Amino acid sequence: MALRRARTPRPLGVVPLGDCAAYVEFSETLDLEVNVVVQRLAAAVRARAVPWLRDVVPALGGLALHFDPEHPDLPAAPLEASAALVDDCLRKGLPDAGAVGRQVALPVCYDPEFALDLTEVAARAKLAPDEVVRRHAAREYHVLMMGFAPGLPYLGGLDPKLTVPRRASPRAEVPAGSIAIANEQSVVYPYGIPGGWSVIGRTPLALFDAQRDPPSLLAPGDRVRIVPISRAEFERRRAGGRTP
Amino acid sequence: MSIKVLKPGLLTTVQDRGRHGLQHLGIVPCGAMDPYAHALANALVGNARDEATLELTLIGPELLFEEPALVALCGAELAAKADGQPLPRDRPVWLGAGTRLATGRAARGCRAYLAIAGGIALDPVLGSRSTYMPARFGGLHGRALRAGDELPLAPLAAELAAERYPRLAEHAALRGALRTVRWSAPPMTLPEHEPIVVHAMEGQHFGRFEAAAQRTFFEATWRVSPESNRMGYRLSGPALAAAGAGEILSGPTCLGTVQVPAGGLPIALMADHQTTGGYPKIAEIAAADVARMAQLAPGGTLRFARCTLEEAIELRRAAHARHGAALRALAWEYGT
Repeated sequence: MALRRARTPRPLGVVPLGDCAAYVEFSETLDLEVNVVVQRLAAAVRARAVPWLRDVVPALGGLALHFDPEHPDLPAAPLEASAALVDDCLRKGLPDAGAVGRQVALPVCYDPEFALDLTEVAARAKLAPDEVVRRHAAREYHVLMMGFAPGLPYLGGLDPKLTVPRRASPRAEVPAGSIAIANEQSVVYPYGIPGGWSVIGRTPLALFDAQRDPPSLLAPGDRVRIVPISRAEFERRRAGGRTP
Repeated sequence: MSIKVLKPGLLTTVQDRGRHGLQHLGIVPCGAMDPYAHALANALVGNARDEATLELTLIGPELLFEEPALVALCGAELAAKADGQPLPRDRPVWLGAGTRLATGRAARGCRAYLAIAGGIALDPVLGSRSTYMPARFGGLHGRALRAGDELPLAPLAAELAAERYPRLAEHAALRGALRTVRWSAPPMTLPEHEPIVVHAMEGQHFGRFEAAAQRTFFEATWRVSPESNRMGYRLSGPALAAAGAGEILSGPTCLGTVQVPAGGLPIALMADHQTTGGYPKIAEIAAADVARMAQLAPGGTLRFARCTLEEAIELRRAAHARHGAALRALAWEYGT
């Protein structure tokens, strides 16, 4: 126990994000191990059910705590109270990484019609397109953060061979369900939105549905395993409804 | 029981206090851009604070009230006529069955809020009736009103109007054919003279900007560009140079975050903002001043005044206190 506490990184600082939120920063660069700590801390803070905290938002390199400015229990100095809360959570010990998030299987079809940028990615990575697909499907990903659009996950754990920059010119609309890569990460577009990442496949599942409970297929801290599916299976699962 | 939309106006959406607690899933808070004017409109018709109102933008809609209703119009000064009679703003007005409410262009401010006693009878989506247009959910079919839409009102809207209006009777006055009261609630957020002063504190990446850019940000007069919307206000003025190289890690944003993309022109994040962003954050606008900024129309001008976190908290407390006093006084009129 003492050993684990010693290994838990301390935040670089707790800075104001306006007067209604605080940002607990752990890293200025992408670090998957740091993100695991962010997810564990988010779970610990959430478990406290602090009445004046309205949102607990784990991000790539830190945790945002959004206050309810109208809550009667809001402390006079909410930034200091947030720092104290984080400090207390870290001192008392965070939940184990295995207890945070769920295991989710994500079916992905890498059919050429869906893999809009596969040829380009393969050329950049100096790999055959099939090898790009094999490497992408072989990894387990962690949901590092949700953002940009409702239900859009930033997935960490991409094969280093598949590191590509963002596309020079973003697409005006990336089709719903598209799986794309850039910045050592993978994202899934929940609905048709503009995007600049390289698209290499598509899932038949709805990443976001406001009428569904829960509305988002994925949540921060989830572990995602990709299940490659055929074009026929893709059509069947899309026609067969949102979830199998 | 409904309102018929004869003309939709420029951008008329259903909004309430917003959708909170879901930002970790990338779900935006949304809600009224000017929450003070929204809350005032609700209070003026005796509604609970959670009811939805219509947010009218620059040019308002033309609406047909099929049943009697008690309404209040707050926020931007839009010309409004009920069956040809000028509709007084910032106070409860009783409209008879078949009234045509025609709203026009905003002379001052950008967003007006129309509250109706009993609220708008749409099912909340993820805990709110606010419209989020980019993902097409909330409000009426997740979009702005269109001509021909029927906006459902509370089944008891007419009865509520008949029951609530007489409580105001001792102040009652006839304005032509309109039944209203002699008093009005003072607006809090309309721009008095431009450039308006918006308080902002240094953002997470303020130190990354060159000293000249840091000075310019707080000295320049910024103009709200025509590409501004509910997601963000794009500001035109002198381009700000970022110091140092390299991208920053995408991170959380909030209402009032001011980001500076590569072009150097700042974007202030508004109610429909994305929950995370990858541009350097030069400043954070004091929460109390975001609502005032929301009343600036495209072309409107502002200056940023540097403040500390403590000053921003104090501004918010003072605004809440003033606003709270007005809301309590109105609740008292309705005996609640």
